[in-house]
Amino acid sequence: MTTLSTGATPVPAATGTVETTYREALREALREALREDDRVFLMGEDVGMYGGCFAVSLGLLEEFGPERVRDTPLSESGFVGAGIGAALAGLRPVVEIMTVNFSLLALDQILNNAATLSHMSGGQLHVPLVIRMTTGAGRQLAAQHSHSLEGWYAHIPGIKVIAPATVEDARGMLWTALEDPDPVLLFEHGTLYTMTGTLPRDAGHVDITRAAVRREGRDVTLVSYGGTLHKALAAADVLAGSGVAAEVLDLRSLRPLDDATIAASVRKTHRAVVVDEGWRSGGLSAEVSARITEQCFYDLDGPVERVCSAEVPIPYAQHLEQAALPQVDQVVAAARRVVG
Amino acid sequence: MTQTLDREPAADVRHRLDLLREMVRIRLFEERCVELYSAAKIRGFLHVAIGEEAVAVGVNAVLDEGDAVVSTYREHGHAIARGMSMDSVMAEMYGKATGCSRGRGGSMHLFDVGRRFYGGNAIVAGGLPLAIGLALADKMRMRPTVTVCFFGDGAFAEGEFHECVNLAALWRLPVLFACENNLYAMGTAIARAQAETDLALRAASYGIAAWPVDGMDVVAVEEAADRAVDRIRAGGGPCFLELRTYRFRAHSMYDPERYRDKAEVARWRERDPIDLLTHQLTAEGGLSAEARDAMAAEVTAEVDRAVAAAEAAPLEPAEDLERFVYTETEA
Repeated sequence: MTTLSTGATPVPAATGTVETTYREALREALREALREDDRVFLMGEDVGMYGGCFAVSLGLLEEFGPERVRDTPLSESGFVGAGIGAALAGLRPVVEIMTVNFSLLALDQILNNAATLSHMSGGQLHVPLVIRMTTGAGRQLAAQHSHSLEGWYAHIPGIKVIAPATVEDARGMLWTALEDPDPVLLFEHGTLYTMTGTLPRDAGHVDITRAAVRREGRDVTLVSYGGTLHKALAAADVLAGSGVAAEVLDLRSLRPLDDATIAASVRKTHRAVVVDEGWRSGGLSAEVSARITEQCFYDLDGPVERVCSAEVPIPYAQHLEQAALPQVDQVVAAARRVVG
Repeated sequence: MTQTLDREPAADVRHRLDLLREMVRIRLFEERCVELYSAAKIRGFLHVAIGEEAVAVGVNAVLDEGDAVVSTYREHGHAIARGMSMDSVMAEMYGKATGCSRGRGGSMHLFDVGRRFYGGNAIVAGGLPLAIGLALADKMRMRPTVTVCFFGDGAFAEGEFHECVNLAALWRLPVLFACENNLYAMGTAIARAQAETDLALRAASYGIAAWPVDGMDVVAVEEAADRAVDRIRAGGGPCFLELRTYRFRAHSMYDPERYRDKAEVARWRERDPIDLLTHQLTAEGGLSAEARDAMAAEVTAEVDRAVAAAEAAPLEPAEDLERFVYTETEA
């Protein structure tokens, strides 16, 4: 039996690159995990015959069968908890929840069991579970399918929270998450599934603890993750046109936060804008901002700015939805304010 | 019923004496816990299962080493019946480093991974999904094990219960649903919370074998559990036992018991599971007064030793507070 814990990822001979999408990269990551480790199985609503609500697992049922690509009833608490139990018994479940809004039906299991069992048992129990879910707005799905609650989850000790924003991370984060002995929540932004990118043919696992500098700059740090990374990058393009060199940081891991990479960037640029699709009040952006202040107060040339979603349930109509979400021009304006 | 599970008469008496001893161990342990709570040695919430010992002992008697158990916050009896030492349980209630959860769990969160005892869950019905997952993993690995999930009548009103019975039935998982119906969800009588109070009938509606059992008769519990576990191990899918029992003491140490009559409690006390079996064995000549006293003395000494060990045990160092939030990997 090949297991993930050996760390020996089989790497085929590199033969150039492939064009792929975020969705296909996620699927390839699942396929690799199912193929290489017989402890891995995928479980969730419509992951099998339907092919996944967002077609991530399309074709995997045919390849791996209904035991390992397991359709569940609409019982989020039941099957997320079953994933925890199966992890306790030595398997490596990947549980898919259609959207983060639905994950609230399983919040009891995630918080009261997955996040607590190791500590509460004095280190006897381990929950090597991966929970994947879609997050974010931008598809006119209204208030019960569009929220960005990953910041809530990042509040919880005992779990890890990651958010792939690139095709490379969509391909590589799952394997690393499955190697982790503790529960990892993986947030896929719904607008990214069709994003295209180029990957090495032998693309494999990636580190899931460090933030990444996606664009270097000296004047201001734009801190983002997931869906907002691409808005931050677009804002950096606009700012470059007016001579402002923005550094764009992709947090990648929301818990734990990579304080060192954030601080190194802010110490260089002396200014920061945090871009977060979550709400501002009590959100992840507040946490990042506070940490910048704690660690880099004397390096800052001005207050940390935040660009977040409006404090409303995300509405349906396109113009209202877009008005509620962080936009490139808001990021540009915030960056210009801090650059002065 | 004087003979259990086709044993020879002498072996049967010895077996029932073992069941009696296990119930007495749990009873005397918990009675001491109540005293220690009053003496402020044990803090937090303390939920004792005095009166319900036959359920823990009868079900555990039919389990194999590889079977898994998931329990509730009223789980001292389940833990001890599963083989956890009084020392590790008592030390946990003292919040000591030698406690089974190194002082991080307390009375409601007892764990023993070596015995596949997965807690100790203080969210009503919160353990049920774990039991489903344990059984699913064992089934996928083709291990011949059964997962027992203890829960109360209160859990029947939770959505998680219905999700889990459906999942277990749908996937034919090796789960024994051991419902301890003690007639009260904390202070809410079952008729005030359940539109249909015949729990076995409702569980059977999921297409699984389900039947009620006299939860004050340890032999009846053991026989029912044995039948259920045999059926589950043979691939018959999950079973549900409604174990009709009664908690003699308050819900927790903070409970003034305004919701039930003293007369009702007194009536149930007449069916004390320890007294029932003691009288039965005594009447059959299988238990002398001397042997009964000796058993109580031995168990009392065991409880004394657990208390002394917990008193003497070190506290978990406060600087280790954050250990085990995440798994510690070997350097």
